[in-house]
Amino acid sequence: MASTSTDATSHAAEAASAPGMPQLDFSNWGNQIFWLLITLVVIYFVLSRIALPRIAAVLAERQGTITNDIAAAEELKAKAVEAEEAYNKALADAKVEAARIVAEAKAEIQAELNVATQKADAEIAAKAAESEKAIATIRSGALASIKDVANATTAELVSALSGKADDADVAKAVDAQMKG
Amino acid sequence: MASEAHGAEEGGLVFHPMDQFNIKPLFGGDHVGLFTITNATLWMALAVVAVVAMMVIGTRRRAIVPSRSQSIGELAYGFVYKMVEDVAGKDAVKFFPYIMTLFMFIVSANFLGLLPMSFATTSHFAVTVVLAMAVFLTVTVVGFVKNGVGFLGLFWVSSAPLALRPILALIEVISYFVRPVSHSIRLAGNVMAGHAVLKVFAGFAAIAVVSPLSVVAITAMYGLEVLVAFIQAYVFTILTCVYLKDALHPSH
Repeated sequence: MASTSTDATSHAAEAASAPGMPQLDFSNWGNQIFWLLITLVVIYFVLSRIALPRIAAVLAERQGTITNDIAAAEELKAKAVEAEEAYNKALADAKVEAARIVAEAKAEIQAELNVATQKADAEIAAKAAESEKAIATIRSGALASIKDVANATTAELVSALSGKADDADVAKAVDAQMKG
Repeated sequence: MASEAHGAEEGGLVFHPMDQFNIKPLFGGDHVGLFTITNATLWMALAVVAVVAMMVIGTRRRAIVPSRSQSIGELAYGFVYKMVEDVAGKDAVKFFPYIMTLFMFIVSANFLGLLPMSFATTSHFAVTVVLAMAVFLTVTVVGFVKNGVGFLGLFWVSSAPLALRPILALIEVISYFVRPVSHSIRLAGNVMAGHAVLKVFAGFAAIAVVSPLSVVAITAMYGLEVLVAFIQAYVFTILTCVYLKDALHPSH
């Protein structure tokens, strides 16, 4: 191995193809280390100046967005709960109001109904009285007519049978018969 | 690939599982100088491209509701950020870009290395040793700057009996200095071993009788390597976090 590395200083390619590990051929270490350092410095600057701040910013922004969104969602949820409560309260109020209006309307209708009933009763009573009066008149009229007709008929019958009829007697007899 | 060429040249069943790790100049010549653009350079550059695509282009829309590509970048960010925060503590978050750089480079290089005909940069000790030493030096410097001499309390196990403490301190010191070694060899070793095994199985595919078995074995091994590619990046990163925690809070 040692001989390989000493040979390699003058014949790098030849030494590399000889049996042994190219890793231990120290002639090319300088070259590798030089390029490695450049590589590392480039990667370091690319990462520390561009990539890492950018990714950190994106991650922070995302975290902020998520936090904000969750806060907004919670706020909206609270608002929804509030709205639901307001709705329920309004509903309950409306029910109470409706019940009150129904009761009021019922009472009003009842009062109107009572008035109307009374009025109707009064009217009916008046009409009944009037009718009774009319019936009484008609009845009395009818009675008088019957008496007249009976008187006349009786007078005719009496005059036909006995020739002579005293109106007063006839009337008295008819009255007596009609009462009986 | 190079190994097949060798096999044809020499005849018979010849394996060159390590040839895939050769470092070759891309634009002619066979001398690898300090600034030569090699296949390793190319695949490191592609790792940069992959990281930029994932973390910058993928997130260009900055959407609140992420697209798929943006989700990948955010997932990677969240994965490493949580790891740093959980393992190394809240005050380690200022090292997050540094740890993210290590993770993104290793995970990109590991996965790019799994592409056929590609080159696995993380299979080279030159790469992983630099990464591990960078972590080791950072942790040591941060430890002393934050805690001063108190950082040495890391090696002084105050919960142990007094007689045992010097021995434990010696063990702690040794384990502390072995950290970069294990840290680097673990990553390169895993990647290299997996790729070499794939190559060996691929070599067996030249024998007609064995080739179906060989293909099945390569498939299974490849699946394992996909797992290893991620797990080794994860292990490297989480160990970095653990070491960082030691530096920030050295008390046991």
